Amino acid sequence: MDAILLQTLNGLDKGSAYALIALGLTLIFGTLGVVNFAHGALFMLGAFCAVTVSKLLTLSFETVDPTRVDFLGNPLKVKTAYVESWFGPEFGGALIDWAVPLSILFAIPVMIGIGYVVERGLIKHFYKRPHADQILVTFGLAIVLQEVVKYFFGANPIPTPAPDAFKGSFDFGALIGMEANAIIYPYWRMVYFFFAAVIIGAVFAFLQFTTFGMVVRAGMADRETVGLLGINIDKKFTIMFGIAAAVAGLAGAMYAPINSPNYHMGMDFLVLSFVVVVVGGMGSLPGAVLAGFMLGILESFASMNAIKSLLPGIDQIIIYVVAIIILLTRPRGLMGRKGVMED
Amino acid sequence: MSKTTLTRRGVLKTGAVAGSGLALPTIFTASSASAFTNEPTGGSVTFGFNVPQTGPYADEGADELRAYELAVEHLNGDGDGGMLNTFSSKALQGNGILGKKVDFVTGDTQTKSDAARASAKSMIEKDGAIMITGGSSSGVAVAVQGLCQEAGVIFMAALTHSNDTTGKDKKANGFRHFFNAYMSGAALAPVLAKRYGSDRRAYHLTADYTWGWTQEESIAAATEAFGWETVEKVRTPLAATDFSSYIAPVLNSGADVLILNHYGGNMVNSLTNAVQFGLRDKMVNGKQFEIVVPLYSELMAKGAGENIKGILGSTNWSWTLQDEGTKAFVKSFGTKYGFPPSNAAQTSYAQTILYADAVARAGSFNPCAVVEALEGFEFDGLGNGPTLYRAEDHQCFKDVLVMQGKENPANEYDLLEIVDITPRAQVEYAPDHPMFAGGSLGKCNPGA
Repeated sequence: MDAILLQTLNGLDKGSAYALIALGLTLIFGTLGVVNFAHGALFMLGAFCAVTVSKLLTLSFETVDPTRVDFLGNPLKVKTAYVESWFGPEFGGALIDWAVPLSILFAIPVMIGIGYVVERGLIKHFYKRPHADQILVTFGLAIVLQEVVKYFFGANPIPTPAPDAFKGSFDFGALIGMEANAIIYPYWRMVYFFFAAVIIGAVFAFLQFTTFGMVVRAGMADRETVGLLGINIDKKFTIMFGIAAAVAGLAGAMYAPINSPNYHMGMDFLVLSFVVVVVGGMGSLPGAVLAGFMLGILESFASMNAIKSLLPGIDQIIIYVVAIIILLTRPRGLMGRKGVMED
Repeated sequence: MSKTTLTRRGVLKTGAVAGSGLALPTIFTASSASAFTNEPTGGSVTFGFNVPQTGPYADEGADELRAYELAVEHLNGDGDGGMLNTFSSKALQGNGILGKKVDFVTGDTQTKSDAARASAKSMIEKDGAIMITGGSSSGVAVAVQGLCQEAGVIFMAALTHSNDTTGKDKKANGFRHFFNAYMSGAALAPVLAKRYGSDRRAYHLTADYTWGWTQEESIAAATEAFGWETVEKVRTPLAATDFSSYIAPVLNSGADVLILNHYGGNMVNSLTNAVQFGLRDKMVNGKQFEIVVPLYSELMAKGAGENIKGILGSTNWSWTLQDEGTKAFVKSFGTKYGFPPSNAAQTSYAQTILYADAVARAGSFNPCAVVEALEGFEFDGLGNGPTLYRAEDHQCFKDVLVMQGKENPANEYDLLEIVDITPRAQVEYAPDHPMFAGGSLGKCNPGA
């Protein structure tokens, strides 16, 4: 029982990341009809927004300490962060410590900007081209983006820790009367889960309760008719691309403390996120979220020793097995709409 | 009008004489050209540096390449000479090798066996490389070693830690200076027992490929010999990035030590996840919970950040050692590049020097002469203390370092500190040890 509870909790944060990426993918697919293989790279860029903020806050000047020597025996150059020098070690230190949450403020405009540039500069030229062309160009874009990141940040992971206040883990077992350490869950993963819930809620609320969202939903249902009503739907969809990029970016920025960002992390999520979108149903936002959490939790269950001993290697293929079963029984995915990608 | 008389017999005779006459020089040329693969004929000789220049281990590859370039510089008599000045063998004079200037070409392994074989093949066939060195994964090293054996060139393995490289997959043309998984286990286990006690229960998370399996087998056997119990061995996919679902059940299993048989990105992520779960703050079975990383890399330690503090592991070498060889190498490398060299850099540099020295001592680039010169070669002054290249399996035997993540690093390079220098005798094993059984060196292949 405790193992099941443990893996359910554990699947939630993984599911949160899948859901957020899949949500952005579905938004882009639903509005622009583009299969965006660069979406994983946008997630990676979000994580590197956190790395950038962390690096900016720790930008330092050097002073020579003649009493100490470096590894070559020369006088040691001591680094002091500018923010600590300007605001004092206490406030400056706190700013550095809270780099990841602060990076949200940086990531939103940057990612919307990147989304806008990518859509206007590249993707809009491929709206009327076949999906295969769109996949090729966005996949190429993903490779370019990750190579650019590698050029500036190197190939190895860069540690981007959570604030000290969120280090360690919460003992759920003790809370519900089980023995200590039976079910533990890291604080930052709880934060990530709630953060994802807020973002998903905000996107749904935006689409449901604003005029802009209403137009976008109408455009998703029938682009041509909305256009005939005199609404510049392309402009709105460009903004949606920016929003989808920002959602992926925020998911990446907050994910940075969970796994140290590296240039390849987007690719690791990309394929899984596509499976999530297909399982949830192409073009269905609730389907993407539902499938994201479902597959995240199932993946966690498949990693349990008891299950692995029965079915060795199941942890590596569970998502694809589930995808096959769902597509065989419900070809449009869990909540897929009729007519999407069926013409 | 003259009349020519052509008889069948006459034509045959003339043809045979002319044919053999024409063939004669070709036979001589062929015999001299085919003495061995890529025999250097001009004033230079070419080395092939096969390292990951793209992909997840590109930073390791870059550091290996820096060391290779430094070694070539020193072999050709440029720079300050580095470890050539401290090396016990004095066969190299700083004027190239056997009077030939050393050139090099590079290939990109991408840390993929097929790409690594393709780049090695191209360097041998197109660029005329006489020796291939490099690698940052045991899968790659084993694949390239096999190719070099077939092609008739020497392979000086760099970063490869699986027992199999000099165990079941060993080859006569292949040599490894780096230590291996068995040695890590043998060096670490006594320190672990001393530090954490002999009544411990270990939980293993293991990367599911050749290196992970041999690392798990080695460290489990070594710790069990000191009374530890192995609670569970869980294999994790090499492509995994989030290890939370593997780490979450650890505390519940009754284990009080987590051993991460992971390297590279796997190690950074699994260790980060384990620390996030607060494992190191927990008390289990009345003892402080501990994490062990059997194989450390300085570059990866940087990736794991603060999470490595206090965690024990092993390395082949450290720039913080104080012997003359290390000091000379760190000075040379640090002056040229501005930061201290990694483990990977040192083994790459040492392998290049060792190959060049073997050629100089043998007086020939013939791979079989080089093999003979390296087999059973005892040397010192390359940073690891007295070292033996064992003839039976082409594995180097030297001291192994037990390292610990430093609590208060003085700078960004000062991440690991030496806890113990395990003497060579303690990490030696018989050539037919079960963990290394199943292969044979075979005969050296000069190729051509």
